[in-house]
Amino acid sequence: MAACSIEDLLAKAEQDEAEKLKSITVQKELDLEFDIGNLVAYDKNRIDIRQFREQKKEDFLRSLARDNTQLLVNEIWKHPTERVEEVIVVKLPEPTTPLPREKPPPKPRPPTKWEEFAKLKGIQKKKKTNLVWDDKVAKNELHRLRNIARAQKIKVPGVGLTPIAQQSKSDLARAVNVAKSSTASAGKFQDRLPKEKAPRNTGKKRKFQPVIGNFSNEKQRQLDLLKVMDSKKPRLDVNKAVNKQMREVDREEAAAKFKKGGKKGRKGGNFSGKGKGGGGKGKGKGRAGGKGQGPPSGKKGAGKPGKR
Amino acid sequence: MKQKEGVIKPKTKRAKRFLDNRAPKLTENVKNVMIMKGGNTSMTVTQALKDIYALKKPSAVLYKNITFKYNVFIALPFPITNIFCLQEFFSKKTDSSLFLFGSHNKKRPNNLIFGRLFDFHVLDMIELGIEKYNSLSAIKNSKCPEGTKPMLVFAGEAFDHDDDHKRLKSLLTDFFRGPVVPSVRLAGLEHVLHFTALEGKIYMRSYRSLLKKSGCRTPRIELEEIGPSFDFVLRRTHLASDDLYKTAHRQPKALKPKKKKNISHDTFGTKFGRLHMQKQDLAKLQTRKMKGLRKRRGPAAAAEGETSLKTAKVEVE
Repeated sequence: MAACSIEDLLAKAEQDEAEKLKSITVQKELDLEFDIGNLVAYDKNRIDIRQFREQKKEDFLRSLARDNTQLLVNEIWKHPTERVEEVIVVKLPEPTTPLPREKPPPKPRPPTKWEEFAKLKGIQKKKKTNLVWDDKVAKNELHRLRNIARAQKIKVPGVGLTPIAQQSKSDLARAVNVAKSSTASAGKFQDRLPKEKAPRNTGKKRKFQPVIGNFSNEKQRQLDLLKVMDSKKPRLDVNKAVNKQMREVDREEAAAKFKKGGKKGRKGGNFSGKGKGGGGKGKGKGRAGGKGQGPPSGKKGAGKPGKR
Repeated sequence: MKQKEGVIKPKTKRAKRFLDNRAPKLTENVKNVMIMKGGNTSMTVTQALKDIYALKKPSAVLYKNITFKYNVFIALPFPITNIFCLQEFFSKKTDSSLFLFGSHNKKRPNNLIFGRLFDFHVLDMIELGIEKYNSLSAIKNSKCPEGTKPMLVFAGEAFDHDDDHKRLKSLLTDFFRGPVVPSVRLAGLEHVLHFTALEGKIYMRSYRSLLKKSGCRTPRIELEEIGPSFDFVLRRTHLASDDLYKTAHRQPKALKPKKKKNISHDTFGTKFGRLHMQKQDLAKLQTRKMKGLRKRRGPAAAAEGETSLKTAKVEVE
């Protein structure tokens, strides 16, 4: 009994399945060929001409179309689906019917003159990194932070050495000195390397006379100052005069050589002329400043007059 | 774009993008259709052209006013050389590679020429005569939205046996298939174009498919006729030579799917792959250390036993 009922159940299940699929099954002699990528179906079955003539043309065609479309849709529904933004889409495979292209396939562009040269020489393309460390940026950043600290009255450690990309010998020496003296006892007990030289230019940069001290000295200095200011003749600094003379001679020779060279020489000559003028003026001022006021800037010392 | 000699160098990025879009590419754009009229056209032909333009709306260009003045040459046997030059000009202007030319005269009434181009030169041309025609407006039903990708069905033995019909099948597929997409919305499969080849005639019908509930996942299809319906008769054809056809089909190598190497299957379907290893010094192989089997300074016999055990262990590993 039980066996019977199982068979019955199975038979019934099959029947139900068939019923369900009845609405979508289509009977055809030959199976259709499909190209789902293009949503195309090819029906190769013979069409019954008699039936075509008996029925109304449109109805016959419509029923044929319905059957074929049903088969095509059945085939499409067999493919995997996915949900894209609340819409169910079916993923189509690649189209299988070979169709001619619109234009011929693209040709690889011919190498440029540089590319050919590079190939010939064996030069390879080097990739540049986008960012390069720049000391100016780092310095800017440091100053910015210091400004912020100053604005917010936060204590900041004092003298720093701003980072520099290419450090010269003097920079390195300075860095070493600063590091050395940044100890609890201000570098007094730091050992020096065997060949290391003692740092120069340390100590006070300017020396001022005490405000109340040697009265006679002060009087003497001020009188000397007045004497120099009064005198109409410019003072002669022998050293300076000799140096100036030597320099001018050198410059004349150089100018003569450049003039022979042509345009380039003329330019160079110009520069040298400027330098000479500026240098002379600067030197005059500097020297005078050191020993009190020297001759006014317009005049030059007792050098060679006339020639600039 | 004027027909200039020499290369047109784009001056803006937008122009460059435009030209790159039209240049030959690996995966190509949708094919554009040029729809144009000949010297004499009847109402049927004009209406038919308009309907097909409506079917192919976004990727079609309808030339309303241009009529070829050289209609004298239309009477010449195929190929129509003058028409060719004009066609090429227009196809380059709008970047079209398909054309539809409608004309009407006593000898060939209600003529439609479907054609396609390869590299702006004519590849195939097939002339179809309209025997019966029902326009879009004549059939009063709600239509499909513009730009839906249609499903195409070709029925009839002729499409498989006859060379001309085979080319026609390929041409019609090219014409009506629309853009090639990786996925399609299931509910959007509305438009069906059905071509039947019977007794030398080709019946084209356009339906709207309604997806009805069936017992299972796949819906039941009911059709409703909408769009234009044509009864065509095949007239003349001008098909491409075999080698030109082959050249047109040549796909660039880059599009070929890359074959995965080092995968092999045996008769049972098990997937195999080969592992390539460097040469190993078996003496220095790292194995499980078993304390009990370590070398001991004992009698020689015991040592031998141990070494033999060790070698066995290596093989197992």
